[in-house]
Amino acid sequence: MKALVFIEQRDGRLKSSSCEALSVAAGLCGDSPGQVAGVLIGRDVAPLVSALKGKGVGKVYVASHDDLEHYNSLSYTRVMERAVSAFQPDVLLGMATPMGRDLFPRLAARLDAGLLTDLTAICDDQDFSGGVKPMYAGKILARVRYQGSGLKMATLRPNVFPLREGAGDAVPEVLDVSGLKDERLQTIEVRQGRGGQIDLAEATRVISGGRAMGNAENFAVLHACAEVLQAAVGASRAAVDAGYASHDMQVGQTGKTVNPGLYIACGISGAIQHLAGMKTSRVIVAINTDPDAAIFSVADYGIVADLFEAVPLLTEKLRALSDS
Amino acid sequence: MKIMVLLKQTPPTEAKLKPTADGRSLDTGSAGFIINPYDEFAIEEALRIREQLGAGEVVIASFGPADARERILRALAMGADRGLLISHDGLEDADSLTVAKILAAAIRTEAAELVLCGKQAIDDDNMHTGVMTAEILDWPHVNVVTKMELDGTKVRAERETEGGRTELCEVTLPAVFGAHKALNTPRYVSVPGVMKARKKPLEQKNPADFGLDPAALKSSIRVLTEAFELPPEKPAGRIFRDEAVDVMVDQVVRLLREEAKIL
Repeated sequence: MKALVFIEQRDGRLKSSSCEALSVAAGLCGDSPGQVAGVLIGRDVAPLVSALKGKGVGKVYVASHDDLEHYNSLSYTRVMERAVSAFQPDVLLGMATPMGRDLFPRLAARLDAGLLTDLTAICDDQDFSGGVKPMYAGKILARVRYQGSGLKMATLRPNVFPLREGAGDAVPEVLDVSGLKDERLQTIEVRQGRGGQIDLAEATRVISGGRAMGNAENFAVLHACAEVLQAAVGASRAAVDAGYASHDMQVGQTGKTVNPGLYIACGISGAIQHLAGMKTSRVIVAINTDPDAAIFSVADYGIVADLFEAVPLLTEKLRALSDS
Repeated sequence: MKIMVLLKQTPPTEAKLKPTADGRSLDTGSAGFIINPYDEFAIEEALRIREQLGAGEVVIASFGPADARERILRALAMGADRGLLISHDGLEDADSLTVAKILAAAIRTEAAELVLCGKQAIDDDNMHTGVMTAEILDWPHVNVVTKMELDGTKVRAERETEGGRTELCEVTLPAVFGAHKALNTPRYVSVPGVMKARKKPLEQKNPADFGLDPAALKSSIRVLTEAFELPPEKPAGRIFRDEAVDVMVDQVVRLLREEAKIL
C-alpha cells in the first residue's frame, strides 16, 4: 500500500499533529518509508522538510511559492492533485483541522474519491477498509467504510492516534508550482486570534471559574492560564449572578453549551445546570477545595485544592511545556 | 440575482439518539426534524442579499425524504421564493459526494449565481457537501463564513479558522458560501409568512430531472455508514487530594499529556 500525507504548516511552522497522520500512514504501509510520502505546501517551506526525518516518510513533495503563503482552497487543491498524480497513492491522509477539513472535501470531489472525515479509529486491517467517526457532536459513534476501488481519503481527529518512531529520510522532491494562481479566490488579510477572545462555544479548550473566584479581578488568574492554553474563559451561573463575569461567559443550561477537548473547572461546585452545558467535553479537570463537590463526579482528573494555589502552578507548568 | 440555498433536515440538538437493536440505523426519537441550524443562517443571509439588491430570487433546494418538504416550507415562510425537493428515493444511502453531484446539477439547471449553505450539518458533522458542490461546479468556496459583503460580482467574506484566527477573502461569483452562526440572526417565522409559504411554488424533483443517471449515481457511492453505537461510558475520574498542590498539579499535567493525550 502507498500512502500520501498532507503535512500542514501555518506561518512557517509545521503543525505537530501532522506527525500523527504520518504515524498512521507508516502503520498502514508496514513501516516501509518508501511507501509513504508527504506533501508540504507554502512559501519558503523547503527548510521544514528536515524536521520530518525519522517520521516514517521516505519522500516529501515540496510546493513552495509566494502565492502559496496563505492557505487557498483552489491552489492547494491543484498542488495536491499534482502530488497524487506523481505518487499514485492508495490512501491520502490529513488531519481534521480547519485547514484539512476545508481542503479534503474539495480534493475528494476533484479526484472523485471516498472521504472519511474526523476519524477517531481506523479498521485494523491490511487494506484500510474504514474507521470510526463521531457524529451528532460526539453523542454517537458511527462505523464508516469505503466502497468500491479507488483512492481512499481520510482526515484524522488530532490527539487520538499515537506517534510512532520510524525510519525515513524525508527526501525533498520539488513539485511544479506553475499556473496555480486563481484570481477568483484571494486571501486579503489574516487576523490572528488572541487567547482571551476565543469564542466559548467553539473553543477546543475552556477554563471556567465559579463562585469561589470571589471577584471579577481574580479572573485574571484564569486568563493567564487561558493564554498559555489558547483556551476560552468561561464562568458558572453562580459567578455570573454574583457579577464576577459577564453573561456571555456563562456555561450551562441558560448559558452556552460547550464541547471542548479540555474543560478545566475552577472553584465550580458542579450544579446540574452547569454540568448540562459542559459534561460532553472530552477531558474534564476539576479544581475545588470541597472533595464532595458534584463537579468531581464528571471529572476525569481532579485536584482537591484552592484554585488560587493550583491554577498558577498549572499555568507555570503548561508554559514550560509549550516552551519546550 | 438567483441565489440558491442548500438545506438539510436534521434531528434537533436535543433529540434522544439511540442505535437500533441491530446497530444499523439510528433512532432519532420523537423530536422530529428541524432545518439544520447552520442552514438557517444561510437562508437569512440569502434573504438579506435579495433585500439589499432589491431584486432577485431565493431558491431553497433540499435532497432528502418526502418530509423534508416541511423544512422547505419553513424556509419559504421565512421569505424564500421557491422550493425544490429532490427526492432521495432509491439513493437513501448516498454519500456526501453523491449528494454534491446532485445538488451541483440542480444549481446548473437553475443557473444560480450565488449558493449558500450551512458550514456543516449537525447530524453527520462532516462539513463536506457545500465544499464538494463548489468543486464539482468548478466554483470557489468559502466555508465557516462569519461576515459577507456583496459588491457587484465580488464578495468579501470573513472566515473563521482556528484559535479565533480569521481570514478575509475576496471571491468572484459564482461561488458557494458556508454560513457560520456569527453571520447573522435568522428572522422569526411570522403567521402571515406561513400562510404565504403555502402558495409559493415547491416542486418535487428527481436526480434524473437534472440529467443524472440514478444507476450511475448509485454505483458511484464511495462511502457507507455501516453501524452506529453510543460512546463508551466514562470511567470514574482520578481525584488527587491530601498531597502538596504542586505534586498534584504535576500528576494531572502528566496524565493530560500521557493518558488523555490532550496537551
